[in-house]
Amino acid sequence: MSVEQPHKILLAHGGGGRLTDQLIRQHILPKLKNDTIAELADAAKLNLSSPQVCFSTDSYVVKPLFFNGGDIGKLAVCGTINDLAVSGAKPVALSLSLIIEEGLEINLLDKILSSAATAARDNNVLIVAGDTKVVEAGAADKIFINTAGIGERLPGVDLGLDKVAVGDKVLLSGTIGDHGMTIISQREDIKFQTQIKSDCAALAELTCSILENTKGVKFMRDPTRGGLASTLNEIVTGSGRAIEINETDIPANLPVRAAAEMLGFDVLNIANEGKFVAIVSPDSAEQALNICKKHPLGKDAAIIGRVIEALKAPLVELITKIGGRRIVQMPYGRELPRIC
Amino acid sequence: MLERIHKAQILMDKACQSLARQINIMEVCGTHTVSIFRSGIASTMPARMKLLSGPGCPVCVTPLGYINLVLELAKKKNVLIATYGDMVRVPGSNGSLEKQNNNNVRIVLSSEDALQLAKDNPDKVIVFVAVGFETTTPATAVAVSEADELGIDNFCILSGHKRVIPAMQALLSDKNNRIDAFLCPGHVTVIIGSDAYHPIVSQFAKPCVVAGFEPMQIIQGLGEISRQLIEQKAEVKSVYEAVVTQSGNTTAQKVIESCFEPEDGYWRGLGKIEKSTYKLRPEYSRFDTCKRFGVEEKPVDDTSGCRCGEVLCGLIEPPQCALFGKKCSPDTPVGPCMVSSEGACAAWFKYRPKGKQAQ
Repeated sequence: MSVEQPHKILLAHGGGGRLTDQLIRQHILPKLKNDTIAELADAAKLNLSSPQVCFSTDSYVVKPLFFNGGDIGKLAVCGTINDLAVSGAKPVALSLSLIIEEGLEINLLDKILSSAATAARDNNVLIVAGDTKVVEAGAADKIFINTAGIGERLPGVDLGLDKVAVGDKVLLSGTIGDHGMTIISQREDIKFQTQIKSDCAALAELTCSILENTKGVKFMRDPTRGGLASTLNEIVTGSGRAIEINETDIPANLPVRAAAEMLGFDVLNIANEGKFVAIVSPDSAEQALNICKKHPLGKDAAIIGRVIEALKAPLVELITKIGGRRIVQMPYGRELPRIC
Repeated sequence: MLERIHKAQILMDKACQSLARQINIMEVCGTHTVSIFRSGIASTMPARMKLLSGPGCPVCVTPLGYINLVLELAKKKNVLIATYGDMVRVPGSNGSLEKQNNNNVRIVLSSEDALQLAKDNPDKVIVFVAVGFETTTPATAVAVSEADELGIDNFCILSGHKRVIPAMQALLSDKNNRIDAFLCPGHVTVIIGSDAYHPIVSQFAKPCVVAGFEPMQIIQGLGEISRQLIEQKAEVKSVYEAVVTQSGNTTAQKVIESCFEPEDGYWRGLGKIEKSTYKLRPEYSRFDTCKRFGVEEKPVDDTSGCRCGEVLCGLIEPPQCALFGKKCSPDTPVGPCMVSSEGACAAWFKYRPKGKQAQ
């Protein structure tokens, strides 16, 4: 017996009954289109060729759900792919769990699922497991998504902060601040938002290409929340070495710089969703840079600095445009817009 | 660019040699403070030339009594507090708007946003926390006159607007001051005009040089100050000529005058300064929060141990305060200079120059 589908998500969609079944069969499975998930088993069976796997999970609560350059669905897939990619793995499979607020328009859910499915397909990753929960209005903000992912570690690749050495180069795969400034400007309804686009993208193809073709990559991380400043601080803290970066070498799009300037943000602290930082030995740095530049997601890549000996404490230092020096701190949370 | 920097550096070196002592230059603008720290300008200057961050950040100069008054108003029923973001975290004697968490505080980006809140919430009284120097005062004035024209009666402002020149004069009048010259604020001077500094130059014989906010413009300003110090001159000069004129933005000045008049008012660290703050003219008094609610700003002693007042007067540097980096940090600010991103303490904490670490 078929039940007429409402236009909005009801609590009953998460109740495990007919509405849940219809939601899964009519809205979720057709988009994900793969045999593993179509079995609707309690767990997905995977055949992996490598004995070494990487496993990661992340939850996504972005507001607004749709932004210039992406949406929460694409973000949830790309974000977890990127966590696997920068760990030196080739992503294989993801799970996708939805926590939906009662009242969400089903056509919005369709859009989000379509874009998650497209992102997975484009990156040869299967979404093989999932879950749907519905909470009453007010208990969540429209939709929250969790993805977890499994990737096969590339043979011979073993990244770690313990390998970071003095003299290594700091490679950044492209412009910074695009994602964060897009979200901030859309949230604040600021007029220049049309010029800024999130960099939300999956990096696995590019990172695999670098790792398969060069030997000198020591460590990689994607500078998401907290931006480049956070990632570099994590690297110095974890490695015990200091890092020196050159302001003039750090790529950033002009509208992003202008927006950050206007709102009183430091572009170094702004989130990215399609960039990575790699610490590379000096003899491999140029080769890694060239591979980046040939890939659409790495065309603006640059060597932005180097690893140096830490004096008193491992710090990130910035050599500014005028040749001055200052410290780049771990950002301390949400910065408030300045007032004049 | 490097050549221009080098030229200015030579002048700075010469000034230090010719005065044969430490030279203190004060900037009185939060945007300058941030730019100076962010670009590491101090690390390119001679050791004997020092930059002091004066009373240039609007959040920082707002006294404790004003903050307490805002907190008191936020407890009233049917009141919505409309404020610029930084003010939410500034501690009063007892908590902050953020900690008080009455769910009646709205962060706005402009006075127009505050007025819009009044239009959207006819059953509430909007109290706009109007702080800032001559740069934000015209916008408040426009919102007040618009409220007047539209007959909006659920909107009022708590004027904390301040005038830069009286504060600079007050600093120099203190015999303990150690200021050799002022790097004058670009934005404020766009409004008030560079001629406004002539009384300071003639009364106190200190160079007043207006500069923009790009690191290069600041360095150029420091070079010009050095030149005057070497030649033992004190002049008003602008290295921000593209936007600053001698007479300033007379339209904005008229807008301010139509709505506000100077009165004696309180500053953090500087106390009460003659004709240094703006209050609404009598014809707009119905938009005056104090009159509407029958309240007033009272001077309060700060017992927290916070030394923001001395920092603002250039008497100490942030790390000299016992709370700096310990009890007081951007996560747990005790004073306003640690709250505002433009505050000297926050900038120092975040970008502290090499070799000048807090501990």
